[in-house]
Amino acid sequence: MNPSVDRIRSRFPSAFLRAEVIWGETTVYVKPEAVHDIVRYLHDDESEQYDYLSDVTAVEYRDLELPLQVVWHLRSLPYRRFLRLKGEIQKGEPLRVPSVYSIYAGADWLERECYDMFGIEFVGHPDLRRILMWEQYAEGFPLRKDFPLRGRFSRSEQLRQALAAQPESRYSMTELTVADAFEDLPLDMRQRLAGGEKTGE
Amino acid sequence: MGLTARPDHQLVTVSPQSQEGWVATRLDFLVNWGRANSLWPMPFGTACCAIEFMATAASKYDLARFGMERMSFSPRQADVLICAGRVPFKLAPVIRRIWQQMLQPKWCISMGACASSGGMFDNYAVVQGIDTIIPVDVYVPGCPPRPEGLIYGIMMLQEKVKRERMSDERLRDEMEPDPTSKLYIPPHAIDELSEPFGNSVHQTRSGL
Repeated sequence: MNPSVDRIRSRFPSAFLRAEVIWGETTVYVKPEAVHDIVRYLHDDESEQYDYLSDVTAVEYRDLELPLQVVWHLRSLPYRRFLRLKGEIQKGEPLRVPSVYSIYAGADWLERECYDMFGIEFVGHPDLRRILMWEQYAEGFPLRKDFPLRGRFSRSEQLRQALAAQPESRYSMTELTVADAFEDLPLDMRQRLAGGEKTGE
Repeated sequence: MGLTARPDHQLVTVSPQSQEGWVATRLDFLVNWGRANSLWPMPFGTACCAIEFMATAASKYDLARFGMERMSFSPRQADVLICAGRVPFKLAPVIRRIWQQMLQPKWCISMGACASSGGMFDNYAVVQGIDTIIPVDVYVPGCPPRPEGLIYGIMMLQEKVKRERMSDERLRDEMEPDPTSKLYIPPHAIDELSEPFGNSVHQTRSGL
């Protein structure tokens, strides 16, 4: 078992739930609200040095009772360790977990994708919006189990909405040589871009 | 999609006066010969079909034999839009914009099952056939089609180009759906007709 598990257990006794090893990979179940502190410790501490966040994702089971799991994959390059953190959100609870963006800047798009597909709100993420689906996508969160495979709208309505989208409106102003798509953007995007935001898709 | 009927257009008029002259038919032949043998493709490759398309363009299958070695990555200098691969809804406005940017005369080849019908991707993200967005001249079946299949489709398109006649008034008509036409089917009727179609009737189920 990964030696980090015992240190997490002793340092965060109230947040630590259980740990298991499957196929040589260690998974630690923790309370989701403590994830930011635990990841901060794992990233900063000299004896851990988990300096690489390889993935943030979520798992929902086709089951009425099993909770939805948010998963963080951490890797320590100096110690060559892999650790999987899981936070469980019970059915009916608000899908809200802390963001680790302040620790790993690379969590930016990972958390946006997780929000886009599952609707999980990452508290503390500076720019939480859709990344794979377009911003005006109104059918919901596609990887949730209550989402029908073909989407909620009819095919013709989906096509109508997709064709109504402005391809230019997906890019930031710096990516557009011609900024004349500005007026076509949604209001919140215009406000963000007017504030000098540089990150686009 | 209902087609706009043109009131001044008579469907069948074969009379000696309307027969084309020798010059017109020869000019047609010359123009079509030139066009058919220099179709510049606009490659719109989104998936594995694009790999087969690249193989077709490479030395073994050698698309240059058909005058198509010049891949035109600017739609304004392209003749054939070859859509190779699935088109997600996010790309739907993009491919329509590219089609609108291409100059007449222009043609479209839908390469592979996904571009032609959505293929196995009968889901929330994929357009169910690019002919719901842009007009298609040749559909190439396959998943993905072999280079021979694509070349066969290209040769079919060449035959189509060679049969074009400048005297055809409706040759370059671009028609929009016309709700007043008798052929028009409203979207909700199409949805009702197409609902159970697909790989599995259970796909639309929702919930646990």
